[in-house]
Amino acid sequence: MAYPAMMMPSVQKANATRQARFQKAHPELTVEEKAKLLQDFHPDFNVKVKTPLRVGANEGDLAPMELAKLIEAPSRISPGEVNLDKPDYCTDILVIGTGGAGLSAAITAKARGANVLIATKLRSGDSNTIMAEGGIAAATDPDDSPAIHYVDTIIGGRGTNVVDLVEILVTEAPFILEWLCSLGVNFDRRADGSLFNHRPGGHSRRRSHSIMDLTGLEIMRVLSDEARNQEIPILEFSPAVELIMDDKGQCAGAVLKNLDNGKLLVVKSKVVIMATGGLGRIHPLGFPTSNHYGATADGIVMGYRTGAKLIYIESVQFHPTGTAWPEQLLGLLISEALRAQGAQVINCEGEMFAFNLETRDALAAAIIRECNARGKGVVTPAGIVGAWLDTPLIDMIHGPGTFERRFAGIYTRFMGYGINPKEEPILVYPTQHYQNGGMVITPKGETTVPNLYAAGEVSGGVHGQNRLGANSLLDIFVFGRRAGEAAAEHLSSVKQGKPTLEHLNAYNKALEKVGIATDVRSPMILPDYRFEKALTKITHMEAQ
Amino acid sequence: MSEQKSGDAYFITIYIYGKKYEVPAGLTIMKSMEYSGYRLTRGCGCRGGVCGACSSIYRIKDNPKWHIGLACQTTAEDGMYVMQLPYVPAYRAMYDVNVTQCTDETILSLYPNLKRCMGCNTCTNSCPVGINVLGYVSALLRGDFETARHLSMECIMCGMCAARCPAELAPMNMAMMVRRLVGKKTQVNTAQFSERLKNIRAGKWTDEIHKYMGMDKVALQPIYKELQSSSKRVDV
Repeated sequence: MAYPAMMMPSVQKANATRQARFQKAHPELTVEEKAKLLQDFHPDFNVKVKTPLRVGANEGDLAPMELAKLIEAPSRISPGEVNLDKPDYCTDILVIGTGGAGLSAAITAKARGANVLIATKLRSGDSNTIMAEGGIAAATDPDDSPAIHYVDTIIGGRGTNVVDLVEILVTEAPFILEWLCSLGVNFDRRADGSLFNHRPGGHSRRRSHSIMDLTGLEIMRVLSDEARNQEIPILEFSPAVELIMDDKGQCAGAVLKNLDNGKLLVVKSKVVIMATGGLGRIHPLGFPTSNHYGATADGIVMGYRTGAKLIYIESVQFHPTGTAWPEQLLGLLISEALRAQGAQVINCEGEMFAFNLETRDALAAAIIRECNARGKGVVTPAGIVGAWLDTPLIDMIHGPGTFERRFAGIYTRFMGYGINPKEEPILVYPTQHYQNGGMVITPKGETTVPNLYAAGEVSGGVHGQNRLGANSLLDIFVFGRRAGEAAAEHLSSVKQGKPTLEHLNAYNKALEKVGIATDVRSPMILPDYRFEKALTKITHMEAQ
Repeated sequence: MSEQKSGDAYFITIYIYGKKYEVPAGLTIMKSMEYSGYRLTRGCGCRGGVCGACSSIYRIKDNPKWHIGLACQTTAEDGMYVMQLPYVPAYRAMYDVNVTQCTDETILSLYPNLKRCMGCNTCTNSCPVGINVLGYVSALLRGDFETARHLSMECIMCGMCAARCPAELAPMNMAMMVRRLVGKKTQVNTAQFSERLKNIRAGKWTDEIHKYMGMDKVALQPIYKELQSSSKRVDV
């Protein structure tokens, strides 16, 4: 199949200019240049696509339009259709979600002697974690330290991070690697037995630890397997649709929906750990997404109804290098590790226009500028415009065979469409990748609602308004384990009241009070891609 | 194959569970199903080729050969008959990663039907991500666990090898256990890494971090700049 004829002249320019670009780098942005670039071109700074919330704990705070629509909508269920007196399941801890945060919380809580039940929207293990290619950050090299990791994380987060959470993140990072190894995760290692690592954008040291480009897959396989060995029950295809509260204002379980038969299920629990992940599938600002099918902000919506305070939900991370061609792979993530290994970002003329290892926000903005305002993007038959990621440089720098060995997953996928990333560049455009904000948590994973914990992408604060690459794979295990541990310890002090869904009625009244009338019901659970909607297009509005 | 123009002029005919639909050329099986009006729950997950939820069996009109592919990664073709197989009731043995030893005896006692492998290679032909399944099953039979670990590394646990195996093996579950047991044995802390853990426990960087915690972005910027310039430009 290879590249269509209309893209070939630009492919040839990329190939022709490669030798001249080899071992050269585009200058890094100065602090001032970066600030201006973000202001002018990063979607986060485009106020036209954000709206202030009109109800709830974050009233007045900006949220992306698509998220606000879901937050400012009544529940899909009415309290009357649920019988809370006859729970289908009773447990100590209900974990919602089977990504890295959910499974590590469940395994940790179970090890502490708690009864744990897991509910998940789709198949066990379905998550954004499983798709993580690049790696997990930890200061393991002799020239690195948790303190350096701290500085990088804060600067990457534009200084907006919750510092207590960052201290824990960087300090516990190497212990997470040790824990994963003890479970039998096969990290890449050097000949001397030390952990292989690379340097993602924004990091000052090599500290992202990977398993080929299958880091998340390997870790998720192991955690899912361990959850089975630990006989932790998992309700698959049973997403939570609302949290249950008690008359003391504490979280007391959740209502699930069995997607196979449509039946609502009542789970009564002393503690709920929310680990539902992100929101890419609501397509904030009209962008394609690298997220899995179930990433629809459900945890945010359910938590907010119970009064949980949110932080930085206006801030969405766009990964600079989502796939822009072939269209079948649109939005699919191309790991930052390719840039760490030397792949340059170039325009349709084969010219570099940004340093490979700028932080994600800056590089995303630079690509948006190059493809739109500067008109130097590569146009595809689908009408999408992208920039080249010059992958053949990787073998030129590190020797033949490196690309196939390090990036087996990406290699296989592109070869399936006749594109050989060892010999020709691949086309990229920013893709929605991560929700920087989420529910406010303490270092123990407690939200502002009693007995409701949160971990991973559904929580917010640790990354500030911009997450560094490889820090989320770390975040989910650090705070997943902490939430599991703290929840298990907290159990003995839980004094439950009478379960109720009265908070849904109260929320509806609050919506009515400010005059919100909408046909939307939330949480979304799954996006609707039927009929014409199956034909993905990039519809985002540019800043300025 | 002709150039793709999805959403444009020309359509292809596909048969989803035997029912005929016209869909734009160039879509994946998954998007073709959605274009035809299916709202997927089972049979859809990451949409990026790694979660193993969307395995599909298909055949092209007038050709008896069966293929297995991921619905999210395989382009629909004209005359394609397709069904999804999102679940297989494969056998899985319980074990304890801290206790179970990676030996021939372990594998054969937990998965006795491994011996029934007749080397037909159907597993390899069934793998939607192109893994040499028979290669790692053979490695397991001869106790070469490192090779089995290596060959099975890209497994997405979809279970298609098990679905098609005439001897009813569950290759993916055997490989899963072996990878973990090999990993458990070989992922050993180096002296330097152990030293790092010890130093963190002893609070070696606590004061430095606390100092930075008291500084804002502007104050940290020069420190960051210095750190960046003291690092190597291109990773090796």
